[in-house]
Amino acid sequence: MSMEIPYTVDVRPDTGLTNGKLGIWLFLASEVMLFGALFASYVMLRVGAHEWPAGATYLNIPLATLNTVILISSSVTMVLAWASLAKRDFSRFRVFMGITILCGLGFLVIKYFEYTSKFHHGYFPATNTFLGVYFTLTGLHGLHVIGGMAVNGYLWGPGSALWKTDPVHFTNRVENAGLFWHLVDLVWIFLFPILYLL
Amino acid sequence: MSESHDTKNAHAGHADVDHHVRAAYYVFGSLLVLTGFTVGAYFLHLPHKLAITLALLIATVKGTLVAAWFMHLVSERKMIFWMLGLTAVLFFPLLLLPTLTVLDRIMLR
Repeated sequence: MSMEIPYTVDVRPDTGLTNGKLGIWLFLASEVMLFGALFASYVMLRVGAHEWPAGATYLNIPLATLNTVILISSSVTMVLAWASLAKRDFSRFRVFMGITILCGLGFLVIKYFEYTSKFHHGYFPATNTFLGVYFTLTGLHGLHVIGGMAVNGYLWGPGSALWKTDPVHFTNRVENAGLFWHLVDLVWIFLFPILYLL
Repeated sequence: MSESHDTKNAHAGHADVDHHVRAAYYVFGSLLVLTGFTVGAYFLHLPHKLAITLALLIATVKGTLVAAWFMHLVSERKMIFWMLGLTAVLFFPLLLLPTLTVLDRIMLR
């Protein structure tokens, strides 16, 4: 009995989408609710606090700005990776996907330096509400970066074998992975000002 | 429009793909400029309410650019928008209802 997942290349007539794309958008919708709940909690905690420190009191704005530029750049290289496959250029895909993964790694390395600097100064999630919110939101976001890198790494390495047998299916997979990666970028676009600048 | 959108994407003509890539570069440039504005506005030490409004406004514009162009929402199927619409319907009460409970404190600031 075949267990092949249907509609990975052709669209379902009723949804107008491949199952993969419908699935990833449903997942992204759930992610919006997850981060939405945390943003709502942030607003509640901030408004309810007697005083709220400026982000710069604890956080490093230049490093966070650099991380913003890195994530934005990785979104572009992700688009270029997909575009390379759409133009049937697998070696260019490898280059751009590789750069995307390296950007993710760069983001995490900078985050590591930020975190260790906080710990070195005795700033922990339990120190105060601001740091609790900071570590929760950036920690969860960091986990998403790691997850995205794992998927991208798989598509760059062993998963790319699919290109030889079913290039359209593989291209759709890369597009779906890209949608997740862009959401990670989008979340950071909001985290950066609310945590570091306001 | 019965042809597969994804299949079309995967088999996209070079002109189509080039158009996507060109748009991505424009969006990239815009995002960098807007990031510069966000950080620049911080160093202007604007009044608190104005700073929050401006920062969130810029973040919303940046987020819209990412969703529209990088995530291809400008050319996406109706089904996706129904799904996102439902998410928005659920998301805003999630965000706003708790905030409304402390609205008096916000207005006093």
